[in-house]
Amino acid sequence: MTDARADRLDEIIASHSRREGPLLPILHDIQEEFGCVDEAAKRQIALALNLSRAEVHGVVSFYHDFKAEAAHKPVLKLCRAEACKARGVEAIVGDAEAAAGDRVEIETIYCLGLCSVGPNAMVGKKLHARLDSSKLTQIIREMA
Amino acid sequence: MVTVRISDDALALACGADEVANAFIKAGHTVERVSSWGMQWLEPLVEIDGKGFGPATPADVAAILDGSSPLAIGEIASHPFIARQQRLTFARAGKTRPTSLDDYAATGGWKGLERARAIGSEATIEEVVASGLRGRGGAGFPTGIKWRTVGAAKADQKYIVCNADEGDSATFADRMLMEGDPYCLIEGMAIAGFAVGATKGYIYCRSEYPDAIAKLEAAIRLSRHIVAPFELEVRTGAGAYVCGEETSLLNSLEGKRGEVRAKPPIPALVGLFGRPTIVNNVLSLAAVPYILAEGAKAYADYGMGRSRGTMPIQLAGNIKHGGLYETAFGITLGELVNEIGGGTQSGRPVKGVQVGGPLGAYLHPDQFDIPFDYEAYAAVDALIGHGGITVYDDTIDMADMARFAMEFCAAESCGKCTPCRIGSTRGVELIDRILARTPRQRDVVEGLPQMHNAVRTPRTLDEEIVLLEDLCETMKFGSLCALGGFTPYPVLSALKHWPEDFGVAARLPEAAE
Repeated sequence: MTDARADRLDEIIASHSRREGPLLPILHDIQEEFGCVDEAAKRQIALALNLSRAEVHGVVSFYHDFKAEAAHKPVLKLCRAEACKARGVEAIVGDAEAAAGDRVEIETIYCLGLCSVGPNAMVGKKLHARLDSSKLTQIIREMA
Repeated sequence: MVTVRISDDALALACGADEVANAFIKAGHTVERVSSWGMQWLEPLVEIDGKGFGPATPADVAAILDGSSPLAIGEIASHPFIARQQRLTFARAGKTRPTSLDDYAATGGWKGLERARAIGSEATIEEVVASGLRGRGGAGFPTGIKWRTVGAAKADQKYIVCNADEGDSATFADRMLMEGDPYCLIEGMAIAGFAVGATKGYIYCRSEYPDAIAKLEAAIRLSRHIVAPFELEVRTGAGAYVCGEETSLLNSLEGKRGEVRAKPPIPALVGLFGRPTIVNNVLSLAAVPYILAEGAKAYADYGMGRSRGTMPIQLAGNIKHGGLYETAFGITLGELVNEIGGGTQSGRPVKGVQVGGPLGAYLHPDQFDIPFDYEAYAAVDALIGHGGITVYDDTIDMADMARFAMEFCAAESCGKCTPCRIGSTRGVELIDRILARTPRQRDVVEGLPQMHNAVRTPRTLDEEIVLLEDLCETMKFGSLCALGGFTPYPVLSALKHWPEDFGVAARLPEAAE
């Protein structure tokens, strides 16, 4: 790890020092900035918070939002929970995967809270609703 | 130039509200971004002088302005979907700008907190007890009793934790409230803090709701002086469904794995960082300002039996008129799905509905006369949960949905207790075998000569079904929390009402015991 990166991690950790139970906010910031929480980051956090590396690893690996490695391609989160299933998401998954190919990663998530206008997807923080096969493949095509 | 009101709720944004708003601004008009009325099939809904137009696109702007648009729905407030509701918690929906302190105060905001401070902490707790308010997160535990327990506890620090980890599919009322009326939640939490002597509050919101988090953070900043000395902080979840369970949520807030804690001790006594803690759902806390401002009786006058007040019901899935419908307890499922919801979006017959999210039972149209009430649902092995209703048309395969319930449980299990962690995976395998008609064969160990008690023949389909029921019973009674404990509800109800989807004959009621 470069020194600059280690310094930045220390800065992030320090910015949450006044919080009670600061681990999740720290992990969110690191995930946001570096796209993952890697081994070196885990060790540095453990040292700073007086935790064991195993404890930090346990937390990182528990939550779906924290990744061990940064994604190599853009990610589209597609909801496949009950309400979106009721509105036909399963029928368009195949087309979406075909359009995504190796360029875009389609991640399954459960619920974006837009359950009356599904199927729904999220790219970054942008939400998409009322998807059908052509709208969804259009979004995927524009992502790469 | 006219003033146009368009929602900036996440659902409206996902449906293109920003593009419509920009088109009006470009045409030289003033746009006010307000909360959503909850008529989601009409989003983006454009409101001009109380009249509505939706769902609008930028191409409709000219026609809306010259009055020729076919999207006109007339006066919004008198639309049947809105006029029939009894909105107490969502009284401001569609009417105010979410983070405007002026709008909040002008619509009766902070009156509950003022009255609480005037009548004192003990009287405040008794007011909540008398209202009959029960936890809106799903468990239905009396909110006032929880407050009493925390109020009576002695500690150097107490906490108010708002459970905004709304992970159930078909639920979005928490999101709408946080995005549309954040001060209402803040006021409810400040009242709770005052009542039990807690000075610190956390709102644990799921990471899938970035808009709600942004609105809450802005609202907390702007209202800090009003709720002081009470302090609030938003914490973001990290994609774990199980963190909607209160003890797992507390572990997550503490920075640990979101594993469920065994109870007792209850969080009211040993909660966040081991201190007495109120953990309430967004809707429970948001109901409190009304109860304090108007009095417990005004709230308790709504409802039926032991379910008092109103429930913000969420109509979702394959439904024509989906959205937020707040009404007194007692309304029947048939009214909600067919009259208010207008049946399925696809126009096909309703096959079944799931009430209460991924852990709720599937109900058959034969059961549509059942009233919306905690006890009435419990009596038919169902739950109202967080009040979400998913409608399915006849193209859905209920065996697939039962399999998905197990798959979801396996994906989201925290792993702490065995029935949930392993039972869910075995459940997926078992349902796969039932559907593929490949009952389990004898394995190598069972064939050893010393295994003289082992069954020598493959299982029959019937035996596999009995095993599934048995597995569900183990999960139901053996799991630590509702994730493993309630996953059997969708599975068993699907099997009970739609056995043909599993390829088996209808089973006698006794056989299910």
